[in-house]
Order: sequence, then C-alpha cells, then structure tokens
Amino acid sequence: MPVSVIPFGPQHPVLPEPIHLKLTVEDEVIREAVPALGYVHRGLEKLAEIRDFQQMIQIVERVCGICSMMHSLCYVQGIEAMMGIEVPPRAKYLRVIWAELHRMHSHLLWLGLFADSFGFESLFMEIWKIREKIMDLQEATTGNRVIVSVNVIGGVRRDLSPEQQRMILTTLKDVEDEVRRLEKTLLDDYTIKKRTKGKGVLRSDQALELGCVGPVLRGSGVAKDTRLLGYAAYNELSFQPVVEPDGDCHARGKVRYREVLQSIDLIRQALSKLPDGELSASVRGRPEGEGTARVEQPRGELFYYIRADGGRQLSRVRIRTPTFANLPALVTMLPGVYLSDVPVVVMSIDPCISCTER
Amino acid sequence: MFSMAPSLMRNFFSKKATRRYPQVARPPFADARGELTNDAALCTFCGVCAAKCPSQCIRVDKKSVSWQYDPFACIYCGICVENCKAKSLRMHPHYRPPTVVHEIIVLHGKAPGAVSRKD
Repeated sequence: MPVSVIPFGPQHPVLPEPIHLKLTVEDEVIREAVPALGYVHRGLEKLAEIRDFQQMIQIVERVCGICSMMHSLCYVQGIEAMMGIEVPPRAKYLRVIWAELHRMHSHLLWLGLFADSFGFESLFMEIWKIREKIMDLQEATTGNRVIVSVNVIGGVRRDLSPEQQRMILTTLKDVEDEVRRLEKTLLDDYTIKKRTKGKGVLRSDQALELGCVGPVLRGSGVAKDTRLLGYAAYNELSFQPVVEPDGDCHARGKVRYREVLQSIDLIRQALSKLPDGELSASVRGRPEGEGTARVEQPRGELFYYIRADGGRQLSRVRIRTPTFANLPALVTMLPGVYLSDVPVVVMSIDPCISCTER
Repeated sequence: MFSMAPSLMRNFFSKKATRRYPQVARPPFADARGELTNDAALCTFCGVCAAKCPSQCIRVDKKSVSWQYDPFACIYCGICVENCKAKSLRMHPHYRPPTVVHEIIVLHGKAPGAVSRKD
C-alpha cells in the first residue's frame, strides 16, 4: 500500500491545545508519528530575570491553567529548601488539601475530554457537572476558581475556617456519590471498552525506558508516585499509588478515575488531622545557591531547577513538565493504531501543551 | 430500555444542572477576589502595591500624587491588598462586568503634608 502523510493538529476538534502530529499512514494504520511543538511558547522562564523571586510565584502559577497550585507548590518548596525555611505543619496540610482538590478537578476535566474524544458527549457533560462543584469549592476557599494563588514562600496565604472545612466535606460526599454512579459507565460500558481497550498499548518496560511519569506510567503497571517522597504532609497520610497493569487507554482512564477517589480520601484524612498553628513562617534574606524540587502533578512528576545568586531576581528557573516526559511514549504508542483512534490515544496521555512549552 | 428508565425519570424530576445565567446569577463567595478598589481618602500613595504587583498593573506617581490601575492587566492575586499598610486597597467579591472599553482607573490624592481646610 502507498503511504501518505496526514497532518493532525495543531488545530483539531479533540485538542484543547495546539500540538502538531505528522502521521505517516498506510491504509488507515499509523506507521510513524512525528510531533511538532512550539505554537504556544510564552517565555515564562525568561521572566525570572526581571521579576523578583516572590513575584515569580504568580508567574509559575500561570505556566498551567489546570494545575496552577502544583506549579507554585513545587517552586516554593524549591526556594524553601534553598533558604532553609521550616513550613508550619498547618500550612503543609492546607497545601495537601488544595493540591488534591486541584488533582480532582484536573482528572475530572480529563475524564470529560476523554469521553469527548470518543464521542460520548453526555458523559462529558455529566463529568464536567461534577467538576463544577470542585471549582466552586476552590473559589469559596481560596478566592479564585482556577489560579488559586494560595502558596507563599514559607507557607500559605489563606486558612480554612471550620465552616469551610464542613463545606468541603459535604461537597466531597456529593462528588463521591456522583463519581461512583458513573463507575459502571466509565469502566464497563461496551462502547467505551471497544474504543479504548488494547489501544495505544505501552508495556511497563517501555514506560520505564521512555521515562514516562504519572498516570501513563502507573497505567502500565509501575507503582511510582512522587507523592511517596513525602513532601508537604504526604508523609503523614496513608495512601498507595494507583496501578493498573494493562497499559492501554482504558487502563490510563481507570488510573485517573481511581485517583479521583484517592484524592477524596486524602482530603478527608488531611482534614481530620489538620493541626492548629501558624499559616506561614517568616522569610528573611534572599535565596542563594541551586536546588531542585519535585511534586506529583495530576499528569505526573513536575520538576523545577532553580539557581539563585543572592540577588532579588533568580538567575535561572527551569521547568520540566510531565507532558514533556510523556510525549516520547505517545510517539511509541501511535504506530499500529487506526487513524480514527488517534484522538483517543493522544488524549490518553493528558497532553498539556502550554505547560510543556512554558 | 429498563436500564435507561431510572436515569430518564431522575432527569425529569431532578433540579436543573444549569441556571439561566444573566437573569439568575449565583451570589459570589464572600472571599472571592472579584474587583480591586482603592479609597483615595485613605491611600498614602506609598507605592508598595506597585512594587509588589507581579503583573505591574498599578503605577503610583508620588510627584503628582496619583494612583493608576489597569484592571485589564490585573491578575487579581490580592498581593497588593495584603501589603497595603494604609488599608485603602480592598478586594470585592463581585466580578467586574465585561466591557469593550479599555478603562484605566486614575485616582488623585492630596499632596503629602497638605492640610485640608475647613470653610
């Protein structure tokens, strides 16, 4: 059969963000996929040269619209480690609560988009309806729906009052009921299984070799989760990484679905153990030296490298986002799948292109 | 058919998931960061808000005693409000209505040391 080359993206109905894939197709079957990036580069790392290290918190929050909390968390943890600041225990627990709320809304957003990628519109709407409750929780507790802006160097800016804690718990109960009601559809539906099972298979050895992170790695049966490092208050909470052995699109969806329930459990644990005390430690001086920080973002491991020379501005901030680590896996998954399954496979790594290009 | 019936009935009798937005608006949350205002009578024009602002949407000119704010550049982080010693800056929970005019808010104050005279 003759081969033809089909451009997929950068503007495509299934893609929320621009990524271009050059697909070499032989009789509707993908033989090769070459990704091209660079459509939404904003140069946020370069801004470190003109904004001071405190203002950079608000800059890094804008690297990603979905996981802004994780970016600022990773950045402030890097600076705190460099300056030797001990974060008060209450702040650590509050960080966990907001981080897990973020993970929930990100995973629900993705589950909706995933349903959209195989044309299940009513499921997409149903999931986003649940997600809206989390967005309201974020607005009520932090002041903003998406860019929550709660982290400062040394702690957090906001506290949770007893009423807000009760509000979180009652909303989580509703969310849990509604998410569990969708379980049968999401994981056992005939059509969904037909569209996702056995599509874009990534074996565990391939996933490790390609350096995959997050749900893509865990969906291939590797129990790795950066939260196990015990940053913030994760070392005092009990949880096990969610692992699915199959390595296909269905397994990756299942991992994210189960992680929503895991996040609900983690927030409940954190709220039950929430200690009293200060919200932030005092910060004196300026950061000097170099350091790295890692946190588990909804899409996987987020990595920050920070170098400072004692001035107001940092001399270098390097951000490696999980989608960057998962793109090689996408190129490995695509050969062999049908052209009509490409949107499902592309969505299954949860691509966040603005994150990747910064 | 029988598996769909319960969800059909639920959808008929349950509350609507959406609201008719412009007519029915959800009341804002008390701590939401909706709109930034400055009280010129309290403001000392010290310029701390302008120095701390990550998006540089506030400009303070001490000579002409003016405070200039670009709501379109503002990212509503609330850093300025936290650092305002005179407590003249405030965040209100209501969001600014959409507009097609790029409005820049300029407030003028009295020159430092000037004493207001009562007639």
